[in-house]
Amino acid sequence: MNTINTRASLEESYNEVKRKVLKLGKMAGEALSKSVWSLKNKDSELAKTVIEMDDSIDSLRYEIENDCLKFIARFQPFGEDLRAVSSCMYMASDLERLGDYGTSISKTAIRLSEEEYIKPLIDIPRMNDVVKVMLDKSLEAFDRRDIDLAKTVFAMDDQVDDLETQILRELVLMMIERSSRIEQGSELFLVARSLERAGDHITNIAERILYISTGEFASASKFRRPIERKFD
Amino acid sequence: MTDIQLKVKDLNLYYGENHVLQDVSLEIFRKKVTALIGPSGCGKSSFLRCLNRMNDFIRGAGVKGLIELEGKNIYSKNTDVISLRRNVGMVFQKPNPFPMSIYDNVAYGPRLHGIRNKEKLDEIVEDSIKGAALWEEVKDKLSSSGLGLSGGQQQRLCIARAIATQPEIVLMDEPTSALDPLATAKIEELIRQLKEDFTVIIVTHNMQQAARISDYTAFFLLGELVECGLTTDIFTSPSDKRTEDYITGRFG
Repeated sequence: MNTINTRASLEESYNEVKRKVLKLGKMAGEALSKSVWSLKNKDSELAKTVIEMDDSIDSLRYEIENDCLKFIARFQPFGEDLRAVSSCMYMASDLERLGDYGTSISKTAIRLSEEEYIKPLIDIPRMNDVVKVMLDKSLEAFDRRDIDLAKTVFAMDDQVDDLETQILRELVLMMIERSSRIEQGSELFLVARSLERAGDHITNIAERILYISTGEFASASKFRRPIERKFD
Repeated sequence: MTDIQLKVKDLNLYYGENHVLQDVSLEIFRKKVTALIGPSGCGKSSFLRCLNRMNDFIRGAGVKGLIELEGKNIYSKNTDVISLRRNVGMVFQKPNPFPMSIYDNVAYGPRLHGIRNKEKLDEIVEDSIKGAALWEEVKDKLSSSGLGLSGGQQQRLCIARAIATQPEIVLMDEPTSALDPLATAKIEELIRQLKEDFTVIIVTHNMQQAARISDYTAFFLLGELVECGLTTDIFTSPSDKRTEDYITGRFG
């Protein structure tokens, strides 16, 4: 029943799905980076291109989902093949969310483009740099089925969380000082929150990569620092 | 409740010089469906035939190890092999109804075991054919030949014949490999119903079938039992690399 030819055609179809997931990842990463760049540099034109790109990100996501369903119907996969194809569906959904965050940050960039920033934007681009590295590592780990590389992503999410906390702290102080800063301060805080959520979605992707190879649901928290006890 | 009905320990089977099964240990749970999978020649059918001593018919076959049904060694000298085979019925790959009427096919086993009462036989025949989901199709032609039925119906007749002696375990050796998809679907549905009353052990080459109908799956390779576990685990995350390679079709 399972001849060598079936295996080859299964792998060919899977590689096609994988290629699309990697492409979606690249597009989503680009959307995030461009949105942060446009925010930092008040580049509304660039921000608009990110918003326009969102439709193609969405449609690629559904294309992947559809391909996965066809793959399942055609090959009725088991084991690692089944884990991989089901993971592709989840990963596509995580990646599509990154695109949504890019759109939301771009809209903020357009809204704030005529204003003076209440502070120079340093940590938000820094957050995006970390998120970008996490995404690149995840995509590479997915491409090569490299578990060790995927694991390095988990610890990086701590850096993202730290930056978010720092940004929040600064913004709160600034907003307390002057109430006229509240509107912009809240906008910038939501940008930081979007990037923090992006880190979480990328962590999900890294967890999926481990699942594909091992069949076990890894918990990223095992690879991260313990949660501080705040209420002692 | 899952309790162990059949326990196999360190089973070795030889056909002459040929060491067909090596140290197979496996537990079969009551009223569950256990599927045996593996490439051709891996020993799964030979294993199945050990369970009701069908290998006794093969010249030069030798069995070492322990097979306990309800705690009793079926290879002990005291075992009544006829009654063992009544307890452990079998359905084969190709439907093989006897060249006699539908009624007589099903009544054959009970008659062999001494039931002569016409009413009792009628009851057993009806119950068994109903149990094999064939009653509606044959109730008006019980006296016509079993060989006149379609392939799928013949196979269900063979299942009716197997359960007419009220066995505890029904062994099936690729029971749907000669059937079309619709007849296959009926047999699969029937197997799900059968486990209300019986333990089913089925050899199948169709992994999708194993995944659909069985509770437990055992993977055989080159005469060894590689892995046995919950079907849902075996087909999503098997623990042995060889199982993974087999279910994903990586074997050459």
